[in-house]
Amino acid sequence: MKKSFVFTVAAALALALNLQAADITGTITFKGTAPAEKELTPIKEDPNCAALYPGALPKTKFYIVGANGELADVVVALKGVAAKSTGASAEPATLDQKGALYVPQIIAIQTGQKLVVKNSDALVHNVHAQPTANPESNQVQMPNGADLTYTFDKPEMFLKFKCDVHPWMFAWVSVFDHPYFAVSGTDGKFTIKNVPAGKYTLEATHRKLGVQTAEIEVTDSGAVQNLTFAPK
Amino acid sequence: MNHKYQPALFWFAVLNAVATFLLIGLGGLVTSHEAGMSVPDWPTTYGYNMFFFPLDKWVGGIFYEHSHRLLASAVGFLTTILAVWLWLKDPRKWLSWLGVAAFLLVILQGVLGGLRVRWQLDWLGVPHGAIAQAFLVLTCAIALFTSRWWKNSATEKQVPVRAALRGHVLAVTLVIFAQLIIAATMRHQHAGLAIWDFPLAHGRVWPVTTPEAIAGYNAHRPANTIGNPVTAFQINLQMLHRLVAVALFLGVAAAGFIARKRLGGADWLTKFAWFWFVLLTLQVFLGAATIWSNKAADVATGHVMVGALSLLVGALWWLVAVRRTRLAA
Repeated sequence: MKKSFVFTVAAALALALNLQAADITGTITFKGTAPAEKELTPIKEDPNCAALYPGALPKTKFYIVGANGELADVVVALKGVAAKSTGASAEPATLDQKGALYVPQIIAIQTGQKLVVKNSDALVHNVHAQPTANPESNQVQMPNGADLTYTFDKPEMFLKFKCDVHPWMFAWVSVFDHPYFAVSGTDGKFTIKNVPAGKYTLEATHRKLGVQTAEIEVTDSGAVQNLTFAPK
Repeated sequence: MNHKYQPALFWFAVLNAVATFLLIGLGGLVTSHEAGMSVPDWPTTYGYNMFFFPLDKWVGGIFYEHSHRLLASAVGFLTTILAVWLWLKDPRKWLSWLGVAAFLLVILQGVLGGLRVRWQLDWLGVPHGAIAQAFLVLTCAIALFTSRWWKNSATEKQVPVRAALRGHVLAVTLVIFAQLIIAATMRHQHAGLAIWDFPLAHGRVWPVTTPEAIAGYNAHRPANTIGNPVTAFQINLQMLHRLVAVALFLGVAAAGFIARKRLGGADWLTKFAWFWFVLLTLQVFLGAATIWSNKAADVATGHVMVGALSLLVGALWWLVAVRRTRLAA
């Protein structure tokens, strides 16, 4: 009887706390003219890769800007938040190698969260993770080979993945020690889910355009924060 | 010690030296194509014995790295034969030991290259690059010591070379070696060009390196497919490389003028000094072209190879000058 009472109170408390958690949403925009992207001309030097692109070659994707300035690939996260990583129980994130390119190029995960690296190409790749805070690794992945799985114990921004066989291939993985982060989509929008009510510093980082911060307050109904980047 | 000219030994030493020079070029291509880690295992290649790695898998960066490993193995093999040959057939003990030194250096160089891959340490590429240059000088010096000229020079009348001129050439040669270490450090940052204009540097005579300026450079890098961002250290390193290049250009030009004054225009050491100056001029042009081409792999590799030749010519000039002076005494 006593046991079930404690359980009921705990469940009610957990529900109440959860009710106080809400989403932070917003749109990231870019104001100005982004530097021109360059064609990945080294692809032409590898016949197998060149065959994948009989028409125009793909270009660098450093500034993915929509018609109305919507800016993609911005990593948005709460700064200095007192929360623990839930990475061990989180769904694995996926990084694919497709058309001799990493897809997506910018991704964010938690410490302890699995990152599955796939090879959808009929090409050999080497998956070379070059962290600054976590251990480096360099592994072979044969054409359509078995997935490789990574986890990182320490947080770091823009941990670089590269392929030395195809030196134009890069992806950058940001690792957080909490679950409160998101990456803006091609519509510039982002959503950080289930943030407990309170005051926070929101930090948005674009690999080329730097960092924007905003002081925000999350209430029961959440918070909305838009941010604008400009050329440096 | 009296020794006999052995043409087969000499030409074998030349073969080893040429193979070493080509190996430096191939190593330059590996770094220029950012392919150093494209074969993650060593001494195997993707699990294969490196000598039986299937040809259809020599693709992309693997082509450069695997070719480099095979040619390095060939140079190791040639150097081993040369060391044994010198030990058995050349009466000069100092030269036999030089052969042993070459053998040990090529082993060290191979292991260093392998560890750079196994331990995934970018900076190990710097001593790997520097030792390659020193090894080239050593192999060419062995070829010189086994040459007909070296043998015959002992019985011919020699014109000595003044200590000041010898010292000047030696100093310039050592600065070239230091310049090659600076260059290797630049290349193994794996950050592409830190400054992408020339003769100015980020639009100025001396570039601004404040954090704001660095952030701006990184945001506006042209054709940046290289992963690492540019840092103030890298910018200052390239500026140092430019300043040392100016000093070397003047130093080698001075060597030519002094040699003409002291030895006369007809002396082949004077002609060799002018050839050295031509190489330095070409090297300055290739340095500029490396920037103007946004570090095109073939241009950057040409810059590496002419740099190696510049070091070599200075070293050989000095060795010949020392030989002539000793014999004339």
